[in-house]
Formats: sequence, structure tokens, C-alpha cells
Amino acid sequence: MYDGKYIIPGLIIFVALMTFPIWKNMGNAGPVPKPEKPKGVTKCVESAQFMRTSHMKVLDDWRDEALREGDRAPIKVDGVKYDKSLMLGCMKCHTEKKKFCDECHVYTSVKPYCWDCHFLTKETF
Amino acid sequence: MDKKRRQFLKIAGLSTIAGLGAPAAFNLLLRGQSSPISSYASSGGGAETSHGPAPTGVRLGMVIDQKVFDANKGLAQKCINVCHTIHNVPNFGNKKDEIKWIFQVPYEKAFAAKSHYLRNEHLHSSSFLVLCNHCDNPPCVRACPTKATFKRKDGIVAMDYHRCIGCRFCMAACPYGMRSFNWRDPRPFIDKATYNKEFPTRMRGVVEKCNFCVERLAKGLKPACVEACGHTGAMTFGDLNDPHSEVRKKLADNYTIQRKPSLGTLPSLFYII
Repeated sequence: MYDGKYIIPGLIIFVALMTFPIWKNMGNAGPVPKPEKPKGVTKCVESAQFMRTSHMKVLDDWRDEALREGDRAPIKVDGVKYDKSLMLGCMKCHTEKKKFCDECHVYTSVKPYCWDCHFLTKETF
Repeated sequence: MDKKRRQFLKIAGLSTIAGLGAPAAFNLLLRGQSSPISSYASSGGGAETSHGPAPTGVRLGMVIDQKVFDANKGLAQKCINVCHTIHNVPNFGNKKDEIKWIFQVPYEKAFAAKSHYLRNEHLHSSSFLVLCNHCDNPPCVRACPTKATFKRKDGIVAMDYHRCIGCRFCMAACPYGMRSFNWRDPRPFIDKATYNKEFPTRMRGVVEKCNFCVERLAKGLKPACVEACGHTGAMTFGDLNDPHSEVRKKLADNYTIQRKPSLGTLPSLFYII
């Protein structure tokens, strides 16, 4: 190879520079989101782990039950009644959208369109 | 692999026959079992089943007594204001973008097929309240490609705004023009002072219409417009399939008309004129 002594080290330097962000952040996931849980409430409709992974499914199910099947009866968990509603259910306890919802949604770059129609009394007024 | 031309043609012919014949035979033998797949494939699948009588036997409907509205000027406007306020219906201030759940139109617009020559005097001057007819055979439901609009078991034609893609097929399908499209973000045009904090708004790019106040019915209340009429009897709401209901009594005692009944949409709204 002509000029191998230039090309090969050049390539090595190039690859090292290009992959620098990967090397630098190896094993570091950045600042972990810390959603603020509502004060004075210890339980949700499901376990925290389930809600973490499947809250969107719960919301979808509630929506379909309430709108399509007309079943708007509140669900009862451990004697506590919860309205099957985002605005009138979830947000009754989780009053701080910025400190709760947005924490993880921003971190994972998820942009749910809930708030195009639903609103928080606090933030809209 | 030394196939003769003659042999090759035989095998090709046989496999063609098998290929064409097998699915046909399966369809004939397993007709009943293959239907769920085909009903998901076409958006009309669910709509077809909803054309039969409602499974619960309930069919909610309304009788509008125009004589009472004529006698009480301003009552119709009160109904409109109440409905639009509690459902956070925006007011854009121009006709082009207007969102309407319930509104007033002259006789010849409400009952286009009945606008004959030299009709009763009061029909010329009075305006008729119109809202979604909650048809028993709703063309909008059949037109919707995403099932965003659907017929509930109690006969209410409702909408799921989450699923609406804003194609406006339902608006073209509705023969009554009862649907409105959000051309702009409606939120800034809702009066902040009267915002209903328990009911969501809509977003830009969805169609909306009267929902017969499903959220109020769930709480055991009457639709807002009916409640606004109070005891005047201008609007009567109830189950059309219950022979002892108030609506049925009204229908039995009065001559009523419907909007464009010849189209076969089977509206659930009746007018005493």
C-alpha cells in the first residue's frame, strides 16, 4: 500500500474521534429521572413497577371502556375508588405534571399528545 | 433432473388447479370461522353489526317541541349556550371556522324535503334547534375509516377524538351537516371564564359533534340542553324503545316529523311542529 504509514494511523485517529462520545459515556446513562410522587398517597391502581411499564396501556383501556362500552364506573383498589380518567383520576393525586409526567417523558423523548385536549387546571388557568 | 416438457406442463397444470382450488374449498367449508379476520380487514365490518337493533334494547332519543320554543323566545339560545359552555366549544367569531354542537336553522334548512309552497305561517319565521340525530343507521359510522366515531349500545353515536385522523369522511357522510371540523387550535378561543374544568377540549384536526351528553348521562343527569329547558317540555329525552317512557308518550300524543327520513338513517330526534 502506498502511504500506508499515513493512511492507517489516520483511520485509527478518525475512528477514535468518531466514537469518542461512546467511549466517554460508557456505562453512564446520564441523570436518571426522578418523578416526584404525590405526597400523602402510598398506593396507585397497580404496583409502581406495573405503572412504570404499562401506564399507557391502562389509560388506553380506561378510555376504551369509558367511551366505547360506556363503563365509567370508578375502579376500586383496596377500598379506594379511582375515577377512570386522566384529568379526573390520575391528575387528582399526581397534580404536578412537570415534576411527574414530564420527568420521564422528557428523558425518554416521548411526546404523548394527552395535553392537546386534556388540561391541567393549574397550568391552563 | 431431466424433465420432459410434457411432464413439466402436467405438474404446472396440477399445481395451478390445487393453488386455485384449495382456498376456495377452505372458504366453502370454513365460512363461519374465517369471518373475524375479514371484519378487522374492512372498516365497515363493525358498522354492519351495529345496524341491527341495539343489544341492550335501549335507544336514546329526543322529542323537540317547536311550539314551546316559539312561545319562549330565547330558550333555544339558552340551550345552545349551556351546551357550548359545558363542552368547551370554542367561539372563533367567524362562520368559516365555526364549531357547532347544537344550533338554530330555518325550517327549509332543517326539513329540506318538506319545504313546500305556501306553508303554515309560523314555519316561515321560527328557527329550529338542530343537533346530531344519533341515527340508528348512522352513515358517519360507516364512513369513518378508523372507527373514531361509533354507535354505542344505547344508540348514542359517539366519538373518540383520540382516534380521529381528521379525514372528514364523516362530515361528507352526515346528511344533516351536524359535524364540525377544528381547522385551528380551539383552545385559545374558549372563554376562560366559563371553562368546564371537567371536560377536555379538542385539538386541531379533529371532527366534533354533539355527544348526547354521555358524560352527564353516566352521572344520572339529563343532557344539558334538556336540563336547560327545565319543565317547559320543549325537549324530552329518553329511551325510544321503552313503551312507558316520556318520549314515547310524547310521540304517541303528537304528530312528529324527522329530518330527511327518506334517507333511511333512522334519526332518533323527532320534532313537533
